[in-house]
This record gives sequence, structure tokens and C-alpha cells, in this order.
Amino acid sequence: MLDCDHLNITQPIDLLKNQLRAFITAFLSSFKDLLPIILVITFFQLVVLQQPLPKTLELAHLLLGSFFVVLGLTFFIQGLQLGLFPIGESMANAFARKGSVAWLLIFAFALGFGTTIAEPALTAVAAKAANIAAIGKVIATTDAAQAQYALALRLTVAFSVGFAIFIGVLRILKNWPLHYVISAGYLAVILITPFAPAEIIGIAYDSGGVTTSTVTVPLITALGIGLASSIQGRNPMLDGFGLIAFASLTPIMFVLIFGMVYV
Amino acid sequence: MSILGELFDTLITSIFDIIPIACILFGFQFFVLRKHIPNTLNVLIGFAYVIIGLALFQLGLQMALFPFGEVMAKQLADPSFIQASSGNLTLEFTWDNYFWVYIFAAAIGFSTTVAEPSLLAVALKANQVSSGAISVWGLRIAVALGVAFGIALGTFRIVTGTPLEYYIMAGYVIVIAQTYYAPKFIVALAYDSGGVTTSTVTVPIVTALGLELANTVPGRSALLDGFGLIAFASLFPIISVMAYAQASAWVNRRNRQTAIENKD
Repeated sequence: MLDCDHLNITQPIDLLKNQLRAFITAFLSSFKDLLPIILVITFFQLVVLQQPLPKTLELAHLLLGSFFVVLGLTFFIQGLQLGLFPIGESMANAFARKGSVAWLLIFAFALGFGTTIAEPALTAVAAKAANIAAIGKVIATTDAAQAQYALALRLTVAFSVGFAIFIGVLRILKNWPLHYVISAGYLAVILITPFAPAEIIGIAYDSGGVTTSTVTVPLITALGIGLASSIQGRNPMLDGFGLIAFASLTPIMFVLIFGMVYV
Repeated sequence: MSILGELFDTLITSIFDIIPIACILFGFQFFVLRKHIPNTLNVLIGFAYVIIGLALFQLGLQMALFPFGEVMAKQLADPSFIQASSGNLTLEFTWDNYFWVYIFAAAIGFSTTVAEPSLLAVALKANQVSSGAISVWGLRIAVALGVAFGIALGTFRIVTGTPLEYYIMAGYVIVIAQTYYAPKFIVALAYDSGGVTTSTVTVPIVTALGLELANTVPGRSALLDGFGLIAFASLFPIISVMAYAQASAWVNRRNRQTAIENKD
């Protein structure tokens, strides 16, 4: 928090200037992040395709859109450093100091389940999956049957992400080696796949990727690193990462099983 | 005026996306931990920035990037373009006639991954935790190369119609084998980078490319073959990040050996 009484504000303009300079630096660095996309699109448009753009795409619109992307990225990164990272880490610290494993695990599950069930990308994938299931005659073609299937799928994925964060936090507490747990998980996926219906396989593999959203990732990363740094004998580099890995693995497994048992 | 309206709409949407997360965080903070949040004001400003940032980001993507990506995917997979670029004037295309599609897939996979905010978040943390040993750009480029290769291979799979599970299972076997040889400090981070590559920027563009290809390549169904690109984009970064660590460990070892030999 800024405490103006103790700050030397004889030159408030300097303070403003510094903040402006910091913002411009951040903005330019976000622009650098977007530059590759602009280069790729320009190259393919001018050199490879050499076709006129459809009239619905106006150049002014494109430029303004790109400006919004860069501005949005700049704000997001600032917010990350100010809000998401600190709260993730301070809560991990507080849980570790409180010493209540049960509450920590409930929190882990709630965070995984709660952030996934509302994830727009998942809702879209679930609706598409229900459509495929109806065409493949797995379920009735009525809207009600499809909606029920989509909801069941969303609950399955959300539960699996909650379960993943739960197991991931338990792993940090118990100091289980990550690679054994993950290798076992991948092995399970390989073994389950041949028994799962063909239509569900693509959806299952993709659902691992869509569950981890832009807000969830920084929070969960901060949670893992915060835990690993506040428990003695844990190394944040070795033990802090890995939660997202679980969150991308368990949905594959659970959705494959879902495809086998849902009738 | 309409842009302002859209901005307002995306702002509302991104507020609603944050609400469940904020409820869980603050609920546990107040009812279970029963503690004051350190720097409450900063955290709240941070959340406001995240909401504003995501809204602007989404709106910008919808205005500029997504329509562009879709149009280009459509144009590149179009039979008349394939005929013109490959010189194959029949409509019986072979897999190598689609070479521009693979190049586009790799290029767009690479560049969208570099712009992915969640990857940047993880890279910032990894840099901080490793006290600078892992550079932010090094990690992002390693991940982006993995995504580029994965998506190019994924489009090849759609064109040839080979079963997804063979590729994925082979990939997992490589991952498991690499895990036992890669430097231990990178393993957890490598696994994580598989999940973070595919969010806001990459998923919509890559999905559009996959569906367009599955629609235009004869014998493919958009419904069944359009899926799977995301899976490729989450698998190959794990391999490339571990490979990056293995390669730099190997270079270090060799340098040290030459240094010792030079001393003798």
C-alpha cells in the first residue's frame, strides 16, 4: 500500500513518470510476446496465400484488436504479480502453519472442482462431445439426453481436476516422487485406452488440455510453490511444480472411464 | 460505440468467470484460515487488473486473431489452394500436398504459445524459484517448439487419418523413458508445461484449424477427426522441455570435460 505521508512527494511528477515508464516497459514487453503471431500471419497472408481478405475483416479492427490484446496482457501480468501469486502463496503458507491437513485437502479439491466446473472451454467441449455421442447412437438424440450427457461429462472432468489437486497436494505433503505417480498415471491411460469406445478417445485426450485456464494456472502454481517452500525438507523447484500435470492427466483417465460406463 | 458495448460484455463475462474462484479463495480465507489477507488492497487491485486484462485480451483476440486464424485455416486447407501450391491438379491429394498446412500449423503453434499468458505465469515462477537458472524465454521457446512440432504432427494425423491413440501412446512411452534420464529438477516443470500451453490463445485457433482440415480432407469427419490437436499440443512440450534440460546438461558436462582436459 502506498503511504503518502512517508514518501518524499516533493516531486510527485517524478513518481508519476516512473510509474508511466514502468507501464510502457511492460507494454513493450507484451508487444514482443505478440510479435511472432503478427509475423506468422503477415507472412502467410502476403507470401503464401496472396488472397484478398474477406470484406468483414477491416484493417482498423485488426489493429485495434491487436492493441487490446497487448494492453490486456500487460494488465494481466501486473494483476498476476499483485494479486494471484501473493494470495496463492500466502494461503499455502497459512494452511501449512495452521497444520490442518484435512482443511488443506478440502481447499485443494474445492479449488480444482470450482474453477473447472465454470470453465467456458470445458462447457464447449462437453456440448460437442454430447453431440458426437448422439450421432454415434450412444445416447438418444433428444436435447434432454444430450444436456444430461454434457452435464455428466462436465461433472466428471471437474471432479477429476479436484481429485488431481487433492492428490497433488497430498504428494507434496507426503513427499512421494512425482515421476512415479505420473508415470503410473500415463501407464494407466495407455492401458485403459484400448477398452474405451473410439468416439470418446479424442475428447478424453483433449479434455486434459482444456481444464487449466488462465486464472487457475497461476493460482495453482503459487499454491504448490508456497506449500513446498513452507514445509521443511521440500524443494520448491522439485516439489512445488507438478499440480498442473496432475490436473491435465486425471481428466483423460476419468473421461475414458466415463465413456466406458455411461449408458 | 459497438466496440465499447462489446468491451462491457466481455468485462461482465470475465467477472463471472472469476466469481467462483474468488468465492473459494476468500471463503477459505475468512471462514477457515480466519486471517487478514496481507496487503489486501494490493490483492484486490491485482484481481481488478486480472479481470480488466482478461477482458481486453479476449476482446482483442475475438476482433483480430480468431477471425484471421479461421479465414487462413480455411484458405490453406481449400482444395483449390492445395492444387495451386502442390501442382497436383487431380483431387486425389497425397499427404505431402498439404505441406503449407503443416508449416502453418507449426508456425501458428509456436507463435500462439509464446503469447500464452498462463505459460508466461509459470515461466516467471520457474525463473524466480530456480534463482534465474531457468530463463523465462528459454522455457517459453522450449515449450513453443514442442507445441509447434505437436500441432504439425497433429495436422499430419488428420490428413492421413491414422488413429490418434497410437501417437499419444508412443508419446507417453517417450515421456516415461525420458523421465528417468532427464535432470531431476526439470521433471515437474516439464510435466506442468504440458498443461499450460493450451489455453486462451492457442485452443481456439488450433481447434479451428483442426475442424477446417477434417471438413475439407476427403474421408474425414469434423466430428470424429477434428479432436486431438490439443492433446498433441499438451504432450510434446513435456518432451521438448525435458530434452532442453538434457541438452543443456550434456553441453555443460562436455564443457567441463574439455576444461579439465585443457588443464592437464
